[in-house]
Amino acid sequence: MQYAPATGLLSTMWLLVAIPLASAAVLLLLGRRADRWGHWLGVASVAASFVLGLTYFFQLRGLTNRSVELSMWQFIEVGSLKVDFGLLFDPLSGVFVLLITGVGSLIHLYAVGYMEHDPGRRRFFAYFNLFVAAMLLLVLGNNYVMLFFGWEGVGLASYLLISFWNHLPSAATAGKKAFLMNRVGDAGLLIAIFIMFATLGTTQFDEVFTHVGALTGGIVLMMGLLLLLGAAGKSGQFPLQAWLPDAMEGPTPVSALIHAATMVTAGVYLIARSNPIYSANPTLQTVVVSVGALTLLMGCIIGCAKDDIKRVLAWSTVSQIGYMFLGVGLGGGAYALAIVHLLAHGFFKANMFLGAGSVMHGMHDQTDIRRFGGLSKYMKITWLTFATGWLAILGLFPFSGFFSKEPIIVAAFARHGWTAWLYGGAALLGAGLTAFYMTRLFVLTFHGPKRWTDEIEHPHESPPVMTIPLILLAIGSVAAGGLMATSVPEWLTPVLGPQEEAHGVLSHTVLTVLATAVTVIGAGLAWALFRKGTAPQELPAGPVVTAARKNLYTDAFNEAVFEKPGIYLTRALVFLDGKVVDGGVNLLAAAVGGGSGRLRRLQTGFVRSYAMSVLAGALLVVAAFLALQMGWLA
Amino acid sequence: MTEIGLPPINYGAITPMLILFGASCVGVFVEAFVPKAQRHLVQLVLSLGAITAALVTVVWQADTRTVTAGGAIAIDGPTLFLQGAILVLGVVSILLIGERSLERGGPFVAQAAIVVGSDADRNQTVRQPGATDIYPLSLFALTGMLLFVAANDLLTMFIGLEVLSLPLYLMCALARRRRLLSQEAALKYFMLGAYASAFFLFGLALVYGFTAGTPSGSGDNGGGVDFATIAAAVRNSEVSPALLYAGIALIAVGLLFKAAAAPFHVWTPDVYQGAPTPVTGFMAACTKVAAFGALLRVLHVAFGGASWAYTPVLGAVAALTMLVGAVLAVTQTDIKRLLAYSSVANAGYLLVGALAVNKQGLASTMFYLVAYGFTVLAGFAVVTLVRDADGEATHLSRWAGLGRRSPLFAGVFTFILLAFAGIPVTSGFTSKFAVFGAASGAGHTWLVVVGVLSSMILAFPYLRVVVMMWLSEPGESTPSVLVPGGLTAAALTIGVAATLVLGVAPESLLDLTNRAAEFVP
Repeated sequence: MQYAPATGLLSTMWLLVAIPLASAAVLLLLGRRADRWGHWLGVASVAASFVLGLTYFFQLRGLTNRSVELSMWQFIEVGSLKVDFGLLFDPLSGVFVLLITGVGSLIHLYAVGYMEHDPGRRRFFAYFNLFVAAMLLLVLGNNYVMLFFGWEGVGLASYLLISFWNHLPSAATAGKKAFLMNRVGDAGLLIAIFIMFATLGTTQFDEVFTHVGALTGGIVLMMGLLLLLGAAGKSGQFPLQAWLPDAMEGPTPVSALIHAATMVTAGVYLIARSNPIYSANPTLQTVVVSVGALTLLMGCIIGCAKDDIKRVLAWSTVSQIGYMFLGVGLGGGAYALAIVHLLAHGFFKANMFLGAGSVMHGMHDQTDIRRFGGLSKYMKITWLTFATGWLAILGLFPFSGFFSKEPIIVAAFARHGWTAWLYGGAALLGAGLTAFYMTRLFVLTFHGPKRWTDEIEHPHESPPVMTIPLILLAIGSVAAGGLMATSVPEWLTPVLGPQEEAHGVLSHTVLTVLATAVTVIGAGLAWALFRKGTAPQELPAGPVVTAARKNLYTDAFNEAVFEKPGIYLTRALVFLDGKVVDGGVNLLAAAVGGGSGRLRRLQTGFVRSYAMSVLAGALLVVAAFLALQMGWLA
Repeated sequence: MTEIGLPPINYGAITPMLILFGASCVGVFVEAFVPKAQRHLVQLVLSLGAITAALVTVVWQADTRTVTAGGAIAIDGPTLFLQGAILVLGVVSILLIGERSLERGGPFVAQAAIVVGSDADRNQTVRQPGATDIYPLSLFALTGMLLFVAANDLLTMFIGLEVLSLPLYLMCALARRRRLLSQEAALKYFMLGAYASAFFLFGLALVYGFTAGTPSGSGDNGGGVDFATIAAAVRNSEVSPALLYAGIALIAVGLLFKAAAAPFHVWTPDVYQGAPTPVTGFMAACTKVAAFGALLRVLHVAFGGASWAYTPVLGAVAALTMLVGAVLAVTQTDIKRLLAYSSVANAGYLLVGALAVNKQGLASTMFYLVAYGFTVLAGFAVVTLVRDADGEATHLSRWAGLGRRSPLFAGVFTFILLAFAGIPVTSGFTSKFAVFGAASGAGHTWLVVVGVLSSMILAFPYLRVVVMMWLSEPGESTPSVLVPGGLTAAALTIGVAATLVLGVAPESLLDLTNRAAEFVP
């Protein structure tokens, strides 16, 4: 694998990162002086990056070697460790750049309206720009250290934005939770990078991928698992999924951009980027597939039981990213399918999150779907755009999901032997459950009887600055999948390898019919159950629903296994520090002080005793010398 | 009976000593003939000029390597470096001694012979300007120090020791205030110093006995006390070395007394406390350089062949010195006594460097001497500034809250204390690093361990003062810090700047010590 050096226009690709970063710096440094126009600067910087990204994209199309690298300066040079500050623009990073800046621009625009009455709007846009800059660095870095740089940057931005309303204890806690769980994953990524350096002596993508074949299976497995841990942390996959739903405490545009469309897909990017490592070890692929399948089912099941509109969407994100992990785990042609789903998901999930925000905007920040109903009459644009997102995630022809999710199900059935049934079945079941909970969400929000709280009389549609992004994203939800289904895999061939026809235990046609059938059944069941509304409060339910409401007891598990022992460990350490360490130190200090006090008494002030001391010392020294000479001491 | 002839003398090589000796004699005449009103200025200019001239001649002959005066004086790298160090530190000390703006008439008594507490005494305390005999005394002391580090036989060394000590005894007695304490300190120093000199002489006699029969010796029966003869005897003698060892032990006691190593340090706190503060600074900086210069030469040149024998014994002394100095500093309540014990502990660190009998050990010890000298002078300069109506306020409780009253000087003193504690960016760190590096290079790891442990203990009293100055509320009794006159300000600036520069960029001085670190045989 060889990257060509960047020439011409592409040698300015650092601007992609620099523009939003500069904007963030301006907004943070100017402070209140930028309050009046700061948000427009934020929007403009991301839009500028989008235009630049498009230009670079078309430049790249004209090249034969579509992997262009720009080495800017030596970032770290210690001994044999050399890390460049270098960027790589290739088909994979290209589509990510377009997704991040394109969807990012729309969401920035939307946020101008959504955050209008918030006193911290400028700060919000500063963090938002910081996020875009870090995310672009993540996908543009040409080595793992650069990637890690961006990775930590988005982690920071995510933390700052989740706890943006830090006067709310729940938001502050959610920010901490996200930060801590991400640390676990980040440690994995970091150790993986250490292993790379220790075994290969480099962290450059091209060099790592060229030489990974020479490593023993155990090392590759270790490296891949640790990368997977990092990916799972960032993408909210099992076992590190618990932070993502809590992250919805942040403002809704944050949920849409960071915790649905872009940052949480960084894990998928990491695995797709590292595809030579994963393709080198089948065990590794099985682990990734298992994580994906397990998470997608967990997300669906929990999503069915939640009442908070953003949390349902959050669990749905967890579940959809599960599909993507399934895709990248399957390997071969499925890498590109996962990326297609990622892009399509970016559009329709951002669309639905912004739609949810629009609903909350009109309903006094109410988020409980039990207290919605019948909104289709009052918020026509929101209703219609949300509907496109809903149909897209269901995967019905001709909406996006049909072209992006269904091929992953087909690919899962193309595995060998019984695992085809296991993973394919999970994916198929997930499709039915997705249809169920998304329909429940849609019907309870927009149809059926009104179950509003008393203070709401006449919900209003949102202003154009919010609805225009919604409309554009709705168009993307309808069309993106179909447009990308064949073009993107072909485009990604230089990075992810060629497409091959999948031949599974069931034929493509049968699977298409089956998938559509379970989707229709799931959606129909939900429609039938919730057409007439639901109780305004949570009712007691059976063990399955209760478990789903409690996130399948994963939080309880974390608390019992990690948090409680952690607290006890802390207490034990505090005790150890207080009693043993401090005690020891105090004892020593007391001994020194006491010794000092005693010795001080020898300092009588009398010349006679001083002379005695000198004489005694002299005798001792002479005696020691003589003893030495006699051989007593030696 | 052979006739005693005058050996050839290379006067060029001993010019620095001659200049200082001449200037001290002139100083005595100035006392006799110049009117009282002008004496101070004349003496100050004379002293500074003489020291500067001596310093110039030292620099002038930087490349001289010779033994002269019949083998009595060696002018070589270490001699010239240490003479230069003594003279530079001497200039700074004279600046402190000459300061008269802090107190009417300066820190020295007008007539030392007046009975303490009499009417005449009260009169002279508040009215009369201080006596200026202090200048010729300082110059005599400096002359002795220059001779002490250049001495190449034990007799010359003894003469150097006496020439430097006698003026110091007197200088200790000259404090304007707390005169009884000052006189007591001088008397103690004198008695114990004479006592220690006797040990030195006794050791000298024993070593002479040991060298009997050495062919190169110049004495009646072939022996001698010049270092070349002693070194040859140590290498070749077939006599039982009992005499040698006893001699080394007693000579070491004499030198370690001046260097203030435990258990021969007992005089240090009392003398440091009682002596006028500028004199204390002079002793802590210059006398230490001289004492260790002589010790280095004796250990390296004369007894270098027996280093396996003295290293464990003197190593034990070094360890004891470091620990005693550090532990006793913990409970001190007077800043001058605290600095005295710190000086004891530093003698231990210097001894650790001196016991690494190789080029690195020599170079690092010389570096330490210079670095420590500047810091300790700056420290005592601050002590002279913190005063109340009764003079210097040296009790530590009086320093509480000084940071509020005078952040600048409290900050400077904090920096100096951090340098004593060996915190990086100060010369205290680089110099400790150098001597400990030399010691571990010579295989004395255990001394390094003791050194680091004692440094940890010693950090406590220093930091206690820092905490006291900054974190305590100033009380009614917190004295004020006077604005220093030009001389003290100059001394303080030089000391602090050297402490900082030698901590940040020690390379040039380290280079210099490395180039100088070779004795002539």
